[in-house]
Amino acid sequence: MLLVQFLLLSSLLFCIGIYGVLARKNGVMVLMSIELILNAVNINLVAFGTMTSNIAGEVFALFVIAIAAAEVGVGLAIVLLIFRNKNSVDLSSIDSMKG
Amino acid sequence: MTAFSIFAAEGPTSLIQAGGWFLEKAWIIPALPAISFVLILFFGKRMKYKGAEFGIVSIAVAFIFAICCVGQWIGQVNNADNHSEHKQEQHHAINEETAKSDSSDIELASGKDLTVLVAAEEDKGHGSVGIKPVVERFTWWENGGRTFTVGIMVDGLAVMMLFVVTAISLLVHIYSTEYVAGDRRYTHYFAFLSLFSSSMLFFVISENILQTIVGWELVGVCSFALIGHWWEEKPNSDAALKAFLTNRVGDMGLLVGMIILFWSSGSWSIIDINNAAINHEIGHSTLLIASLCLTAAVMSKSGQFILHTWLPDAMAGPTPVSALIHAATMVVAGIYMVARLYGVFFEGYDIAGSSFNILALVGSVTLVGAGLLAFVQDDIKKVLAYSTVSQLGYMVMALGVGAWTAAVFHLFTHAFFKAGLFLGAGSVSHSVHSFDMKKSMGGMRKFMPTTYKTFVVCTIALMGLPPLAGFWSKDEILVGTGGWGLFGGTGGNGTYTFALVMGIIGAALTCAYMTRVIYLTFFGEFRGDTHGHGDPHESGKRITIPLIILAVMATGAGFLNLPVGFLSGSKAGWQERFGHYVEPVATYFPPIAHGTPSWSLAIFSTVVALIGVSAAAYYFFVKVNAQSPAATELTNGPTEKNKVAKAGHTLLKQKYYLDHLYTDIIANGTKGPVADAVYWTNQKGIDEAVNQVGKQTTRAATFVYETIDQNMVDGVVNLSGRASEGLGETTRTIIQRGKVHQYAAIMFAATTILAGLLIVFV
Amino acid sequence: MDFDNNWLLSLMVFLPLLGGAIVMLIPKAQEELIKAVALATTLVTAGLGIFMLFDFDYGKSGDLQYVVDEEWINVINSRYILGIDGMSLPLIALTLFIVPLCLIYTFGHFPEPRNPKAILALILILETGMIGTFASQDLILFFVFFEVVLLPMFFMIAVWGGEDRRYASLKFFLYTMFGSALMLVSFLALYFLADGSIVGDQMHTFSIVSLSEGATLGISRSAQLWIFAGMFVGFGVKVPMFPFHTWLPDAHTQAPTVGSVILAAVLLKLGTYGFIRIAIPMLPEAAAAWAPFIGALAVIGIIYGALGCLAQRDMKRLIAFSSVAHMGFVMLGISTLTDFGINAAIFGMVAHGLITGMLFFIAGSMKDRYHTLDMGRLGGLLVSAPRLGWILGFCCMASLGLPGLAGFWGEFPAILASYNPASILPESTFRGYMVVAALGTVLAAGYLLWMLQKTAMGTPSDEFAENEEIADVKKYEWVAWAPILALILLFGLYPRPIFKTTDDAVVKSLTVDIRGEIVENCLEVEGGDLGIECFANVRKTAELMKD
Repeated sequence: MLLVQFLLLSSLLFCIGIYGVLARKNGVMVLMSIELILNAVNINLVAFGTMTSNIAGEVFALFVIAIAAAEVGVGLAIVLLIFRNKNSVDLSSIDSMKG
Repeated sequence: MTAFSIFAAEGPTSLIQAGGWFLEKAWIIPALPAISFVLILFFGKRMKYKGAEFGIVSIAVAFIFAICCVGQWIGQVNNADNHSEHKQEQHHAINEETAKSDSSDIELASGKDLTVLVAAEEDKGHGSVGIKPVVERFTWWENGGRTFTVGIMVDGLAVMMLFVVTAISLLVHIYSTEYVAGDRRYTHYFAFLSLFSSSMLFFVISENILQTIVGWELVGVCSFALIGHWWEEKPNSDAALKAFLTNRVGDMGLLVGMIILFWSSGSWSIIDINNAAINHEIGHSTLLIASLCLTAAVMSKSGQFILHTWLPDAMAGPTPVSALIHAATMVVAGIYMVARLYGVFFEGYDIAGSSFNILALVGSVTLVGAGLLAFVQDDIKKVLAYSTVSQLGYMVMALGVGAWTAAVFHLFTHAFFKAGLFLGAGSVSHSVHSFDMKKSMGGMRKFMPTTYKTFVVCTIALMGLPPLAGFWSKDEILVGTGGWGLFGGTGGNGTYTFALVMGIIGAALTCAYMTRVIYLTFFGEFRGDTHGHGDPHESGKRITIPLIILAVMATGAGFLNLPVGFLSGSKAGWQERFGHYVEPVATYFPPIAHGTPSWSLAIFSTVVALIGVSAAAYYFFVKVNAQSPAATELTNGPTEKNKVAKAGHTLLKQKYYLDHLYTDIIANGTKGPVADAVYWTNQKGIDEAVNQVGKQTTRAATFVYETIDQNMVDGVVNLSGRASEGLGETTRTIIQRGKVHQYAAIMFAATTILAGLLIVFV
Repeated sequence: MDFDNNWLLSLMVFLPLLGGAIVMLIPKAQEELIKAVALATTLVTAGLGIFMLFDFDYGKSGDLQYVVDEEWINVINSRYILGIDGMSLPLIALTLFIVPLCLIYTFGHFPEPRNPKAILALILILETGMIGTFASQDLILFFVFFEVVLLPMFFMIAVWGGEDRRYASLKFFLYTMFGSALMLVSFLALYFLADGSIVGDQMHTFSIVSLSEGATLGISRSAQLWIFAGMFVGFGVKVPMFPFHTWLPDAHTQAPTVGSVILAAVLLKLGTYGFIRIAIPMLPEAAAAWAPFIGALAVIGIIYGALGCLAQRDMKRLIAFSSVAHMGFVMLGISTLTDFGINAAIFGMVAHGLITGMLFFIAGSMKDRYHTLDMGRLGGLLVSAPRLGWILGFCCMASLGLPGLAGFWGEFPAILASYNPASILPESTFRGYMVVAALGTVLAAGYLLWMLQKTAMGTPSDEFAENEEIADVKKYEWVAWAPILALILLFGLYPRPIFKTTDDAVVKSLTVDIRGEIVENCLEVEGGDLGIECFANVRKTAELMKD
């Protein structure tokens, strides 16, 4: 069945994304990993949408792409500001917001 | 006019109603000085004579009114006499007479019955038709369905007293204008003199016992103010306080006694109460208790043992006041009260047919006890004060033995000669500025002849030597005791031999101490110091004229009541005039018996009196004078030689230690330890209890607040707060460290677990 | 006239409160205006009182007049009932009379810290409370007014008092509150136990008229005894009776002069008034059972107060203690349960109000002059200020019960009445009380004259000899005092007005009639079992009368 391959692909992407988010300390890399996770979700949405002949999957995927674009914009802006203030994008050094 | 019916079941005589403008308007007499008091109070200081003129004018008018009352009363009694004579002659011609006056109140027995009645039961020897006193009353206040009235009751006794009080008061007023001239409170003095006169007269004419109480207390307060006239010096205010307080002790008896009489007779009226007592409507024991209570009042007001101690101290007041209040008028209020309520005392003490009662005992003990005390006094006024106490003892004793007329007559004569003595003493002291006979007087007869003469006349009257006033009244008292056993006795109400013996001893004592006074004051050498003012001189006219008037009265007053059988056997003429007019012939007066005058008794008592005079005269005029004209007693007298005499002397000097008992033990005891103890109880007991309740409540509250509320109830609340705080702290330090990766990891882990759970369980 | 019937009493009660409110609104700086408003208020109120004195129907002094009866708290059937009869009239008149004089006196000399606005407002509120208590005919209303009085007095002592004012004011407040609490419990018990249907009212009622005219007759003996005990404590504290008296000397000593005067003249009477208006008419059976005990406490109070006086060094405290003794006479009169005794008690209240009030005025004025009331240091007042000295002497004489002055007619008839108490009471016991009370008159003379001697007689000590401050009676003092002195003399010479006013009302308060039918008066039955039996019969009658 074709769906399984799509799901496997998206799982792989998702795991790579999770790995990137948890393991990498570079803010830009984390953002890129988040993009990977989102795209894994997009694949899933489109795959399930096609399988059930429901246009909603594709529509949601488009929404996610749009939001992901916005998110990356904001995220990159934050990273840029952090870099300006600290001369680094190492996330482990940014803990001033602890409770 | 509201006539009051006094008909009792056994009216011994028929009665006619007394009347007359002055008698019915007798209330004017006390009203006049009362007005004067108000005028002096408000305008006195602005007047030319500083208010004295108000006092003198008012009391002079009152005196004239009193004389008019006397005249009218005598007229009434004579009228009644005519009635009875008339009736004896014409048995049946009485209707017209009845119609003339208030017929419903008149009960005329036939003349024959009347004579029998009078002869058998009354034995009065005079008037057989009684006179109802003038009684006027108006409502004072009502309470609990009972009406309390104020009014006047005028009969022979009241009229006599009105005369005495106004007469002495007038003389004292005149005398005072010179004696207290220039005093720092001259106006105030006359104001209180007026108030006193008013109160005393109010007391005299009182129609009921409530009014009696009011008048009694008012004279007491005037006495307080006048004794304390010079209150800047502590002894004077002490004396005033002592007088008032001692009198208050007696007043307690007065209040209780009067209250008993009121409730048991159901009336305040003096007439009703006497009627109820005489007709045995009040139980005998009730009457006895009431009499005992009232006797206590007499003891304080009339200075009887053992409440007499205030009277000598009262001499701290100005001398005219002593003469008026503490000799002639106020102190006889007790006598007057007993005389007024004689039905109560007569029945309560069973005076008839008995030989002992408290009244007679108190009187006879007083008359001897005070007579002894008079011997050791150096202050001339104190001697006279003790003499007054002693003479009041005579009166009380006379009332105790049933010699009513004798007591009242002695009151009458005593008022004049004792006032004369006091004013005489005042006159002497006015010139030597001291009352001390031993230090400041002596030989005064040369300097003050008028004072000397009047003083001697009054002294002889006091000694009871014939034919001066005191002799007649004293003799009558002795007769009245009924104790004279020689030659067949004298009759009377009972056999009061003890009273007779004490009376005779008293007579001898009186003679002796008065001889001493005469010697120390007027004989021997002048021992005083006039501080360069030259010899003492006679006082002015305003002092001597009252003295002369009083001396005349002291000489003549006794003839008003010559004993029956003195000049002839008949009852006419001058015999027993006083008793005839003063002694009530009415239902409210108890059936007292009258003693028969006895020549032997009169001679015996005179001899005893002369022995008293001679003994004292021998001691002073012969022995002391021989030692030195300036000596006041023998240097080696009996008190030095004899232990018993010395002990007696000390006892007398200490006034039987009664003052110590009252002042040191009772008064200071009450004021000191007892009051302090009570106050201590109050502060440490009751108040402390209250405070402790407060404190312990506070303490309990503190405990509740701190232990229970703060630690336990609040603790639980705080604990939950702290627990969450601690938890938060822990989580914060452990989990929330700001490591974004950690957050993400936890989020992922949690999502994974939740997803796992979702898969497993759903 | 509708006007009198409906509005007069309410106006009289609330006018001072209104005046007080206006005074509070005026700015502090306008002192003259404040004084004028306060005085005008009391004078108008007093004017209403004078109108009432003339308008009052003395022929029917036993009945309530000027009655207002409006709904108030429906839930508990408590109504707004005001009305006066011969028993309350003299006391209201006394209040209306004393308060303006107190104001005038205060104008002359404000106590420290001055603050005229506050003290005048408090006095006015106090007046409302006092008049209201005497006029109210509903237990809850009575209680409210009774408590209204407390607060202004508390502040007066606490703010304008002497050195120990905090202690004294708190003691006064707590003590009387404590009494009031028990009193309130008794009122509630009456509410629940009494049956108004006997007299045609609702079952549960607070109306004083209903309760005293038979609604309470069905209550069992033991319950009556307990209810009376509660009232006894409540009113007894206020009187104050021995042994509840200890707040009085402190309060009096610390209070400012006007406070002492009002306290002595009116406040103490609230307690005795409670006895004769509420406790005795409502619970005659319990009253008869308690009376010997009350009489005993009364005579103990007489002697005890007198001895307490003799132990004092402070003049004001002495006068305060004398109140204990004098109120003992009042309570003795009340405890006889006779019309005679209760009339005497009312007279005694008025007389004590005038005389002791006057003595406190004098003490206050002396304190202003000498700055001490220590009798060891005073002396020679008659020299320094002769008129003041004579007034003091006059008041001492009045206070010790000299005939011819008002004090006598409170004291003597009370003693007189105790010789012959109501038949139900033990006669011999009360005769014993009579003798003790008579002894009290001796002691009264003792302490008052002693005080007079210590303060007025003699010569002034060096410390006060040439003191300019010790002036004679000032003008404002004359204005404030002369009316009181005149009344003391007037009632002394002619006591009839008061006795005549009170007599009918007192007789009525002691007779029991249900709906016009006079039930057997058990107070006139010989005591002991007969008395108990009589009351049991009355209880049966009452059961039959219930709807």
